[in-house]
Amino acid sequence: MRALPVGEDALLVEVSSGEQAQALHAELLRLRAEGSLAVREIVPAARTVLLDGLDDPARRASELTSSDVPPSPPRTRELIELPVRYDGPDLAEVAAHWQVSEPEVARIHAGTEFTVAFCGFAPGFGYLTGLPARYDVPRRATPRTAVPAGAVALAGPYTGVYPRSSPGGWQLIGTTEAVLWDHARVPAALLAPGTRVRFVPVEGT
Amino acid sequence: MTDRALVVVRAGALTTVQDRGRPGYAHLGVPRSGALDPHAAALVNRLAGNPPDAAVLETTLNGCALRPRSRVTVAVGGAPCPVTVGGRPAAWGAPLVVPAGELLEVGTAVAGVRAYVAVSGGIAVEPVLGSRATDLLSGLGPAPLADGMVLPLGTPAGPPARVDAAPQPRPPAELVLRVTLGPRDEWFTARAVRDLTTRAYRVSSASNRIGLRTEGPALQRARPGELPSEGMVLGAVQVPPDGRPVVFLADHPTTGGYPVIAVVRAADLSAAAQAVPGTPVRFVAVRRR
Repeated sequence: MRALPVGEDALLVEVSSGEQAQALHAELLRLRAEGSLAVREIVPAARTVLLDGLDDPARRASELTSSDVPPSPPRTRELIELPVRYDGPDLAEVAAHWQVSEPEVARIHAGTEFTVAFCGFAPGFGYLTGLPARYDVPRRATPRTAVPAGAVALAGPYTGVYPRSSPGGWQLIGTTEAVLWDHARVPAALLAPGTRVRFVPVEGT
Repeated sequence: MTDRALVVVRAGALTTVQDRGRPGYAHLGVPRSGALDPHAAALVNRLAGNPPDAAVLETTLNGCALRPRSRVTVAVGGAPCPVTVGGRPAAWGAPLVVPAGELLEVGTAVAGVRAYVAVSGGIAVEPVLGSRATDLLSGLGPAPLADGMVLPLGTPAGPPARVDAAPQPRPPAELVLRVTLGPRDEWFTARAVRDLTTRAYRVSSASNRIGLRTEGPALQRARPGELPSEGMVLGAVQVPPDGRPVVFLADHPTTGGYPVIAVVRAADLSAAAQAVPGTPVRFVAVRRR
């Protein structure tokens, strides 16, 4: 674990895997909840957790780097089930990458328990991990100018669901009617870092 | 009954509602947003008798025109510009009374980019996640102003400031941005780090609320490829594949994969918000305090 200073009051804490980043994120949230970490933002990402708005980043950096990467916490976070129709326009292409049939893509994807590793790109867009590395897929060579809201998509090691219509280069495998982001709802984001997710096929796929 | 509202007669090139933004939600992919020149926004609020978190209007280059439906106190600051009330010249950077139905014209900036207009009571559009700011990256908050739009106003909190005018910094003829190196300076050649902090850049016309784009020497990478996505801070100097540094402003994305070579001090970002395209930019390396 190393802690890189970012500007005057932030630290980028770097670990060596996504699992470690998720474990570190959980530990930092625990420290904040018990009152021993005062910070404006805790932003997990692929291999890092950003602490933005620290009073004494140098002291925090030495504390963090003299400690071990925390063990993975028990998976007690809430499990969200997202209904999905596996009807995406890139299902055949993903099946070809995975070297399985299209129904098998749906079976494998729906049989996986995902975790929201981090959010970004758009409010409520989660980067979900859980598929084995052999199912990584490349982004589309040419991004689409408009991906519809609710599109369930794959890129690299991640699954994501588009919270609203936007341009995007991910491979579309399905559609959900779940509302990923509603700023009038509490909480606004259905998926937050650490949330566990299962995709549940709905009839008619 | 007093109709506390503001009619948008001329929206201008890009006028948005801004306040102190919505920090604290970056982990959900929500940019902080808020006024690009927070000092100017705070000053006009004070002049108009508003609390510092009241929502104001942020204009871009050519101002806007507004007609209040009730008598209001107004203050215009940030980028210097001509101000008229009912066609008569009025003061910039000082409290003004605009009678009900009179036209307030905020003219084209004579220097700088963004003028701020505070109206007594504040712009009272519905907040989203605790803020009324328009976020142009994610689309949160109210839409940019359009001609004919009617904006609700809040109840005035107190009397306007008892000052005739308040000093405000001039928009910069040269933009000097103090930076601390890292977190990803090691992704660049030693020459690139030297180029960033010794050579001349200019503000690009492609700059917006998301980032101040620059033109100048392309920064060479020591390592190819992209980083796994990581969290981004306000003021981050991100270097996309074309090698030209981009300084992240209020509507910046919360995560990104292009390496950040340095971070600009927050105190220098108000000047960045007022630097017109073509302004010379110098990045000056400073030590962390």
